[in-house]
Amino acid sequence: MSSNFGMVTTRREEAHGFLERMVSRGLGWARKYSLFQYPFVTACCGMEYMSFAGSRYDVARFGAEFPRFSPRQADLLMVVGTVNLKQAPILKRVYEQMAEPKWVIAFGVCASSGGFYDNYAVLQGIDRIIPVDVYIPGCPPRPEQVLDGLILLQEKISAQSHKLIDHAPPEIPAAQNLLAGGVK
Amino acid sequence: MSEKALQRVAEKFPEAVVHGYSQHGDETLVIERGSLMDVLRFCHDDAELDLKMPASLTCVDYIDEKPRFELVYTLYSITHRHRLRLKVRVTEEDPSVPSAIGLYRGLDYWEKYCWDMYGIQFTDRPVPVKRLWMYEEFEGHPLRKDYPLRGRQGLIPERDVQDIYRGPGPGPGSVPSQRAAVARPSQLPVVK
Repeated sequence: MSSNFGMVTTRREEAHGFLERMVSRGLGWARKYSLFQYPFVTACCGMEYMSFAGSRYDVARFGAEFPRFSPRQADLLMVVGTVNLKQAPILKRVYEQMAEPKWVIAFGVCASSGGFYDNYAVLQGIDRIIPVDVYIPGCPPRPEQVLDGLILLQEKISAQSHKLIDHAPPEIPAAQNLLAGGVK
Repeated sequence: MSEKALQRVAEKFPEAVVHGYSQHGDETLVIERGSLMDVLRFCHDDAELDLKMPASLTCVDYIDEKPRFELVYTLYSITHRHRLRLKVRVTEEDPSVPSAIGLYRGLDYWEKYCWDMYGIQFTDRPVPVKRLWMYEEFEGHPLRKDYPLRGRQGLIPERDVQDIYRGPGPGPGSVPSQRAAVARPSQLPVVK
């Protein structure tokens, strides 16, 4: 419905597409300035996370100032630091507990690729177990880099399209279908 | 101060001491495995030594030598401010020593560490030793020299990622045993 090259579109479809774009734009605008983060802090990058969240670099300017310590209340998972193989099931469970819509930032080189811990104990990047939206390199990254990554994520969120009806209408089984049974 | 503690133990247990030396003020005794508990008890109880603090217990893997492993006990005296290092060699076939946590309670952590990382068995412990840092599903002892560096044993299946440097993940279609072992077959630990 969104792409109608070579197709004759009805006025109804045009109106639907227009409305969908408007809703997408509005929802993206609202969502990108109200990110509630869940900081999954495991290592030394946490120090840099604190300075990024503190007053000097002030992530509150971007509407993401409020770390929630329950994954059910968060929509941005920030994986800050090295993730071991022993911790990988915990991280996956935290991700699965977050409600949709959710985004993931890999903060620092260990979370992104394992870093220089190419050994027996460390997961080689969290994208091997959960999908990642933005990777921030650096060991640790400068707070400016993190803010840059956050702005990239905001751009991604605002460019996402949202369907008006996000699910198919429920299928009615034949036995319960009163219309098929002749009742009008 | 130098060699005083070393001399005292060597005079008490002349048949137990294999070798002893002092370097830069650090006194070291290499002793037989059978008399380890006697030497430790003497170090702990003797008023002149008074080595009451177990600073550390670690292990060295000399893979090409026989006996293969060397346990290093570092004892420290808080009252006399001297330290003594005891070394015991254990073989690869029987890597076990008697546990010293009855004497030094602080060695509990280090004995768990030596079991987890090197596979040294400590007999006479009241509770069987469990893994300290690695998980219970882990096979092998990662600080042994014959354990592969990248012998990763994942707990959950990995996604099928395209990694140009470290190779792709095992992928969703593989069987659980293959999914758990991320390392290539040649890198997996040899189960004996």
